[in-house]
Amino acid sequence: MAGHGVTTIAPRPSSPGTGDLEDEPALRLDGLTRNYGEREALSDVSLSLETGRTLVVFGPNGAGKTTLLRVLATLLRPHSGDVEVLGCSLPEDAWAVRGRIGLLGHEPLLYRELTARENLRFHARLHGVEQARVQELLEAIGMTDRAEEPLRTLSRGMVQRVAVARAVLHAPALLLLDEPYANLDPAAIGLVAGLIGAQSARTRVVCSHNPAGGLAEADLVLGLRAGRPVLLCAAADVGPGEIAELYR
Amino acid sequence: MNSRGLRVLSISTVAAFCVSLCLVFFYAPIEAEEGFLQKIFYLHVPLAIVSLCGFVIGALLAIAHLRTGDQRWDLRSYVAIHMSLIFGVGVLLTGSIWARGSWGHWWVWSEPTLVSFLIVFLLYATYQPLRFAIEDPERQARYASVFAITAGAFVPLNFLAVRLSSSYLHPRVLGSSSNLPAPMALTFVVSLAAMALLFATLCSYEMTAKRTRILLKSRSRILGYR
Amino acid sequence: MSAVAPDTHLPATGGARVPPPAPRSKPPGTLVVVAALLRKELLVELRTLESVPGMSLFAVSTFVVFHFALNRSSVDGDLAAGVLWVTLLFAAMLGVNRLFVADAEQGGFDGFLLAPVDRSAMLAAKVLALLAYLIVLELVAVPAFGLLLLGPSLGHALPGLLAVLALADVGIAVIGTLIAALAVRTRARDLLGPLLALPLLVPVVIGAARASSPLLALGGHGGVGGVPIKWLATLGLYDLVFGLIVYAVFEFLLED
Repeated sequence: MAGHGVTTIAPRPSSPGTGDLEDEPALRLDGLTRNYGEREALSDVSLSLETGRTLVVFGPNGAGKTTLLRVLATLLRPHSGDVEVLGCSLPEDAWAVRGRIGLLGHEPLLYRELTARENLRFHARLHGVEQARVQELLEAIGMTDRAEEPLRTLSRGMVQRVAVARAVLHAPALLLLDEPYANLDPAAIGLVAGLIGAQSARTRVVCSHNPAGGLAEADLVLGLRAGRPVLLCAAADVGPGEIAELYR
Repeated sequence: MNSRGLRVLSISTVAAFCVSLCLVFFYAPIEAEEGFLQKIFYLHVPLAIVSLCGFVIGALLAIAHLRTGDQRWDLRSYVAIHMSLIFGVGVLLTGSIWARGSWGHWWVWSEPTLVSFLIVFLLYATYQPLRFAIEDPERQARYASVFAITAGAFVPLNFLAVRLSSSYLHPRVLGSSSNLPAPMALTFVVSLAAMALLFATLCSYEMTAKRTRILLKSRSRILGYR
Repeated sequence: MSAVAPDTHLPATGGARVPPPAPRSKPPGTLVVVAALLRKELLVELRTLESVPGMSLFAVSTFVVFHFALNRSSVDGDLAAGVLWVTLLFAAMLGVNRLFVADAEQGGFDGFLLAPVDRSAMLAAKVLALLAYLIVLELVAVPAFGLLLLGPSLGHALPGLLAVLALADVGIAVIGTLIAALAVRTRARDLLGPLLALPLLVPVVIGAARASSPLLALGGHGGVGGVPIKWLATLGLYDLVFGLIVYAVFEFLLED
């Protein structure tokens, strides 16, 4: 079902309680539009996402998923419409909300010549996070034995794991994940699931190409095509078949 | 700018040029040292002054663009710089002719103003290659504005540095423009006014043409895609 | 500010131990960030050795080329100042070209832009890094120049020359950083960089060459007293003006 209006999701009874008593949604978009020259990369996207919930975004390549993520990450300014992330209005209060957002995009945002430890230490310094946390995360992603080797010597899966660690290093309240499980084998997926998966109890926006897998994690589903939201509903109300329709 | 405004500008420019040319050829006295060729001064110096002011105006418009984010300021900045660059070609050509006539060479390094102008010209000549090397239109406008501001600040500094470095000053009518005899001063001022009007007119034409093209594109896009 | 739930009651999954969330940290001060960025810059450069050895080798090769091009075994005065500064300038361009490449290609811009820090920290760090590269370049190039081409003794010229080098380096570093950031995300980045930077650096060349020329003259004056103050003042003015301008506009190059 296609809808443009603001949609809120009732809490699922079996969901892990976040213990959070926030009234404000973690994410509130109203008519978000972002242009690229004359083309509309995102057109009139509106939705509302409560704290602790997961929004999964589906859509073919070029539909605007990455653009949406980058706007939420404060890397791109919205050209029109209202955007509120964690209670802060973008772009004016972008500075206040950076540091509470973790982005895992297509690029790992890591320096190939530096080791995993050095990369994480660098990001820890940028975010004012204490160095002890670097060791914790290296253990969590199972990279302690390869932590002193330059990233260019590691496989893509390992680099992706370090990228996950970078994204959650500063304990962000909102996770923005662009196909996070790409390049990861099942063991690695298990390792990072606790950090960025549904069990992480963080508010998440995930871009996915996997209808079944994506739906399993979702509370709210958004389908984009050519920048336009063509599908917006609760995960329970839609099946993998309809998601697959988006890609035709 | 509407067509009436454009017409008024064009007519006043033509009128000013007529008056200026009359003054140059019939009123201003022939300069003792350099002879008839000196009259190119009335073309060369106004071109230079207008061109340099145009670059600085381009920088100011760029500041407005960065502060407001409104793309129209960027369009104005682009047109001002573009036009100043074209006038700059005129400056270098007339300067070269003057040098050839006065000192026998097509180029002289002893004329600090001309030399400074060459450097400024070389700098601004990179403005358009810079713009066309960036695909994202918004980023292109932003980077162009940053460049325009930096280059605009560069112009006075550059003139100062080159002036300092010039160990001797040729007797130049430009240097003593403050003590020009009255008829020459009048001719100069009128020529300057005419050149400024020409600049404004050409800029307005270019702005109008660009705006029309943008309007046309967006209309056809609306008709074509929706 | 929404709190992250304590994870003590969540089931562990597949071996991953979810670390407790870090205590809410304050955004780091700008100096700390500049230090972190600078440290990262120098670390990457040490590992890759992309900029500094190339710049230094280029400078020495250029001196050799000048020897053959000018057909001279020794230069002094104006000619010496010219050869030295042209070489240093072009070698600096090599460093400028590489300055932001690692960031542009490996997503370093995004990583920095996501951090809750003052964006001018990146400008400060990059200027300091470029300055460091220039200093190392000169540690190689100036003695090489003294050895290969310079007629008069370098020792006499050195104190004054150091002052000139210092002021000129700041100017080159400031403009170089701006132009590097401007050019790195364009199509013809290796070409556009020098094309933009060279006209902008002409006042630096003028100031530096004119200031160095009496120092490098035969029977040179040497010492700081030998340097005409007006050229040091010009360089200083340039550094100040462009330092302020670049500081004001740099942020606009980073944001989208």
